[in-house]
Amino acid sequence: MSKTKIVDAAAYATPLPLRHRIRGLSDRTIAWIFVAPTLILLLAINIFPLIWTIRLSFTNYRANRPNADVKFIGLRNYERILTDSDIWQTMQATAHFLCWTLFLQVVIGFALAWLINRKFKGNDLWTTIIVLPMMLSPAVVGNFWTFLYQPQIGLFNYLISFLTGVDPSSFTMIGEVRLAPWAIVIVDTWMWTPFVMLICLAGLRSIPDYIYEAAECDRASKWRQFWTITVPMVLPFLMLAVLFRGIENFKMFDLVTLLTGGGPGSTTELTSINLKREAFEKWRTGYASAYAVILFVTIFGLASIYVKALNRVKDR
Amino acid sequence: MKKTVIAATVLLASASSSQSADLTLCWAAWDPANALVELSKDFEAESGHNMSFEFVPWPNFADRMLNELNSGGKLCDLMIGDSQWIGGSAEAGHYVKLNDFFDQQGITMDDFIPATVTGYAEWPKGTPNYWALPAFGDVVGWTYRKDWFEMPENQAAFKAEYGRDLDVPTTLAELKDIATFFQGREIDGKTVYGAAIYTERGSEGITMGVTNALYNFGFEYENPNQPYDLDGFVNSAGAVAGLEYYKELYDCCTPPGSSDWYMSESIDAFKSGLVALQMNFAFIWPGVHADPNVGGDRSGYFPNPAGPGGHFAQLGGQGISVVSYSENQDAALEYIQWFAQPEIQKKWWSLGGYSALRAVVEDPSFATSQPYAQTFLDSMAIVKDFWAEPAYASLLLSMQDRVHKFVIAGQGSAQEALDGLVKDWVEVFEDEGKL
Repeated sequence: MSKTKIVDAAAYATPLPLRHRIRGLSDRTIAWIFVAPTLILLLAINIFPLIWTIRLSFTNYRANRPNADVKFIGLRNYERILTDSDIWQTMQATAHFLCWTLFLQVVIGFALAWLINRKFKGNDLWTTIIVLPMMLSPAVVGNFWTFLYQPQIGLFNYLISFLTGVDPSSFTMIGEVRLAPWAIVIVDTWMWTPFVMLICLAGLRSIPDYIYEAAECDRASKWRQFWTITVPMVLPFLMLAVLFRGIENFKMFDLVTLLTGGGPGSTTELTSINLKREAFEKWRTGYASAYAVILFVTIFGLASIYVKALNRVKDR
Repeated sequence: MKKTVIAATVLLASASSSQSADLTLCWAAWDPANALVELSKDFEAESGHNMSFEFVPWPNFADRMLNELNSGGKLCDLMIGDSQWIGGSAEAGHYVKLNDFFDQQGITMDDFIPATVTGYAEWPKGTPNYWALPAFGDVVGWTYRKDWFEMPENQAAFKAEYGRDLDVPTTLAELKDIATFFQGREIDGKTVYGAAIYTERGSEGITMGVTNALYNFGFEYENPNQPYDLDGFVNSAGAVAGLEYYKELYDCCTPPGSSDWYMSESIDAFKSGLVALQMNFAFIWPGVHADPNVGGDRSGYFPNPAGPGGHFAQLGGQGISVVSYSENQDAALEYIQWFAQPEIQKKWWSLGGYSALRAVVEDPSFATSQPYAQTFLDSMAIVKDFWAEPAYASLLLSMQDRVHKFVIAGQGSAQEALDGLVKDWVEVFEDEGKL
């Protein structure tokens, strides 16, 4: 059957009333009809709450007092947040967590991918073993690492004790100011390095063999091949992994809440934990909205710059 | 004929539904809740109503239940909410005011321990406006390893070191000496530690612990003569000394890794033989007494010791309220009427629930009815409670942050922590329009 005949058959198969109704619709209108449900959902779920949050950020609204008067207080919430040293401390804690987890995950993840990419016996088994941590629930990981970090019975402390000779109960990874920020970095790195490794592995496997063969013909050393072929060609993948992990870790909540609860003091209180306390424990909805707007602008700005850089690397 | 049968069926159905309601009682998931389930079976048998229970673990209790109340949820007909919720719940209209009901039923608050009426039922405080019936009296006290105290070698060593007998402490200074004595000591071939104290950061833990030191060194929430006047009371010299004491106790005498401990962690530490002393609410005492490892004569109980600025203990416990969004308010009020009866309150105590009814606790046999009964009475006589303002959550979390930073993280000084707390609390009261 020719294409025209199929179209005709489809047109005749359409019930008459419907045919009459859609006969006058342009392609553009039909396109809008298909796009409209998505647009409406997007407006209802993303855009409206965003606008509403911005509006609330200029008020003293509290969600637990629905009957109380809501006052417009201008930029007072923003002023309070930006001049609050505690907020800056949580920003610092987040920056420390973000930078170190990204650094370690990229370095270890890339190294593991590079090793796994070589052909050796048991390659598949090792890949499966390495990716196991990222398959676990953050709640499970958080809980069992609190046991691993236990000074009396924790395996982590015993391992450190075995390697260094210090008394295992002489230090508490999640209870000491100097160690707690590293405790959460270690757990996140343990859990998410496999994710970075998988993305890097995809990048490594996408490099055609003939490029290396050509480099061999040109008598390029392995070191030179690594820096001039492997790294540049894996870089877009690596940057994508950094973007994913960066976004995830900026909003990190569950793992750290279960491990340290933000403590000791506020040493590991990341912005998401702090924001949740303001919004849903102190019920300062207006204040928390301003806080969320500041974070949104920060993330949006950083992500835009990063995506531009990523595109530039891809186009090279 | 058919129409008549249908009408009769509808009438019967509506009559039976008005007689028998499905009531849901919301509370924290802990030992006393199990006792209440047992007790409520009598209510079901007497009234014909069905009781369901919604119990949430303590760390999530406030989040879960306050969300339920704030959203006007109909899940709970009866709520045994924390004492600090009373102000917010009364002002937001979550709870039914019970004055008229009490008058009709002849229930008088004079029949209950005064501190529990003020703590669990009244809002505004000190006024005869009742939003709950005192349901479960509770207070922070101490549990200690009596068997370790009685060991001759420990007695001799303690006397040699401190020049007095190893006995129940009467002051906070003595308590610290005892905790120091046991810290790192070998008992039965195992290293033990001084004390398990509240250090939890996320909900209310460290505040419920540190106040037991602060009150007894002179801390006050506000100027007694001028409400919401905080400076010089919250951060007085006595309060600073109290906070420093709590930090010293944490630094010198707690098990490693106890930087985020609340009720359950302290119970575990005590029951596993890790610590000689345990700070905890009185609700745990029946469980300790019945424990196969540390129960019976092996453990003893004492009220929070006095300090240089007074003798107080942190009030715990809750009142039972009728949720205003409930569709079964009559049946819920029926439950409260039933629960307030002296014989039910007696049974409540016998099952492990701490009755707040004076007829029960002032009965001559009460003090000897359980090894911890006298300590409960002594402790209830010295209680003090945290703010019960509608903005209590903001006040509480500020205190959690400030105190945890100083005591556990060692950041800044005690004076800075309490000055910061004054600043936070003033800001909260300004937002509330009270300053």
